[in-house]
Amino acid sequence: MNKIEDNRAWFLILPVVLLVAFSAVVPLMTVVNYSVQDIFGPHQRAFIGVEWFREMLRDPDVQASFVRQILFSVIILAIEIPLGVLVALGLPRKGWKSSLAIVLLAIPLLVPFNVVGTIWQVYARPEIGLLGSTVNALGIPYNYTADGISAWVTIVAMDVWHWTPLVALLAFAGLRSIPDAYYQAARIDAASRLAVFRYIELPKMRSVLTIAILLRFMDSFMIYTEPFVVTGGGPGSATTFLSIRLVNMAVGQFDLGPAAAFSLMYFLVILLVSYVFYTILQRINAS
Amino acid sequence: MVSDANVTSLADAATPRSKARSSGARRHLVGAMLLGLFLTFQMLPIYWLVRMSLMKPADIMASADFLPKAPSFDNYMTIFTDPTWYNTYINSLTYVILNSIISLSVALPAAYAFSRYKFIGDKHVFFWLFTNRMAPPAVFLLPFFQLYSAVGLFDTPFAVALAHCLFNVPLAVWILEGFMSGVPKEIDETAYVDGYSFPRFFITIFLPLIRAGIGVTAFFCFMFSWIELLLARTLTSVEAKPIVVAMTRAVSASGLDWGLLAAAGVLTILPGMAVIWFVRNYIAKGFALGRV
Repeated sequence: MNKIEDNRAWFLILPVVLLVAFSAVVPLMTVVNYSVQDIFGPHQRAFIGVEWFREMLRDPDVQASFVRQILFSVIILAIEIPLGVLVALGLPRKGWKSSLAIVLLAIPLLVPFNVVGTIWQVYARPEIGLLGSTVNALGIPYNYTADGISAWVTIVAMDVWHWTPLVALLAFAGLRSIPDAYYQAARIDAASRLAVFRYIELPKMRSVLTIAILLRFMDSFMIYTEPFVVTGGGPGSATTFLSIRLVNMAVGQFDLGPAAAFSLMYFLVILLVSYVFYTILQRINAS
Repeated sequence: MVSDANVTSLADAATPRSKARSSGARRHLVGAMLLGLFLTFQMLPIYWLVRMSLMKPADIMASADFLPKAPSFDNYMTIFTDPTWYNTYINSLTYVILNSIISLSVALPAAYAFSRYKFIGDKHVFFWLFTNRMAPPAVFLLPFFQLYSAVGLFDTPFAVALAHCLFNVPLAVWILEGFMSGVPKEIDETAYVDGYSFPRFFITIFLPLIRAGIGVTAFFCFMFSWIELLLARTLTSVEAKPIVVAMTRAVSASGLDWGLLAAAGVLTILPGMAVIWFVRNYIAKGFALGRV
């Protein structure tokens, strides 16, 4: 669409800019302020430059949570994106079956984060949960409170349960925008299922899948509540992701300076990755 | 079903058209089975929550049988009759509705500006808004606490409603912009030629055209505000305590009443389910940020 050049449009976005400036810029400046100071008490503080940043970068705990976080996000994307596409391909396109399937799919998305945690905390317990008792009955040792691997499996399964529907709904929106004529043409050419997917469906899903990857990366990278409720970051620190580490530092230990420096670097990583995806998205929309 | 498909494929194997149809039927079947499997995986944990909500704590801790033992609605009755429980439910609804109204009313004009006009810094502002959707709430925890305490909003629904604008406003702008870009610009031009002022055009002509988009956006604001815990917990203590927070405190205080907790959990899922039915036809488009 050709847009008109008119700087008066700024008046229309002014309310948003003011609101977001109040709720984002002011707090962010506070964080910047803390990150370069050493605070001893209410009125005692000293400027120390990038000392906290240096300390945080060298902190082995922070490094470990960072590696864990990357690993988690990569696993999540590797499972949820293909699975979501598969589910979307299986969804009926029209009629009440389609509506029903969409509503059922969307239910996990409506569950508050801590309730998701509560559900899985019980569901995966070996003595009282369906999942835990079934897996143990199959002869596989599984106990997420004692064993790190089990804890990871639980958290990943929970996230797949929680967010694959988002990917599926996005992919479905892309699929539904394909005109029937495309499929008819493919049928006339006797195109294989794989060819239909590769040359018709996948290209049409490109922009929605980019959005899906972007959203899933961002949200999995800042996951806090669900693993916190289920494992509390344990056993040991096996599931201590970046946000859990950060909240422990800021609220638990009240280490304002280090926590602030940590926050800024954390935010910066998300910003960089998201910028890459955002640029890709812009390019897809432009073409 | 399987044998049916085979019979048809054997009978009409000669013509390529029926071959395509039978492979289509088989594909359908595989797709349906996969979907059924996935939906089962989705529903079992929800079922487990409902099952727990109907049981007494002692029974919950006793076994992992599939069916609930001695089911009753006692847990729900406790929540509905105890003001400390149901007030938190009302508190949640208050800030969620407040947030949806604020988000929509500021996002509507902004989304229109982004979809129709070019102006200095438009792309930068758009990306900047978008970065706020990406900010980990954990980063904003302490500053938010101090900011809202300083302006006297701590422990009021306004604090949570405003804090949730951090991620809901950018999302609302993004979704609405997608829906608005789908409306042909000729409509605006015709209206201006006909002598409509901008506010009159915007409210009487443009908004009705994108009401599906507005509905979906409202739903998303509602949903994301409703399910958030970290900021809601940080910005409230007693007066404005939301249901999700009441649940976390019930865990530490009363020694894990799983039945009560599960009933409260079921109740937190209901409002979303009530709303989702109305937007079911647009929700896929909404998740795609109005861009399909």
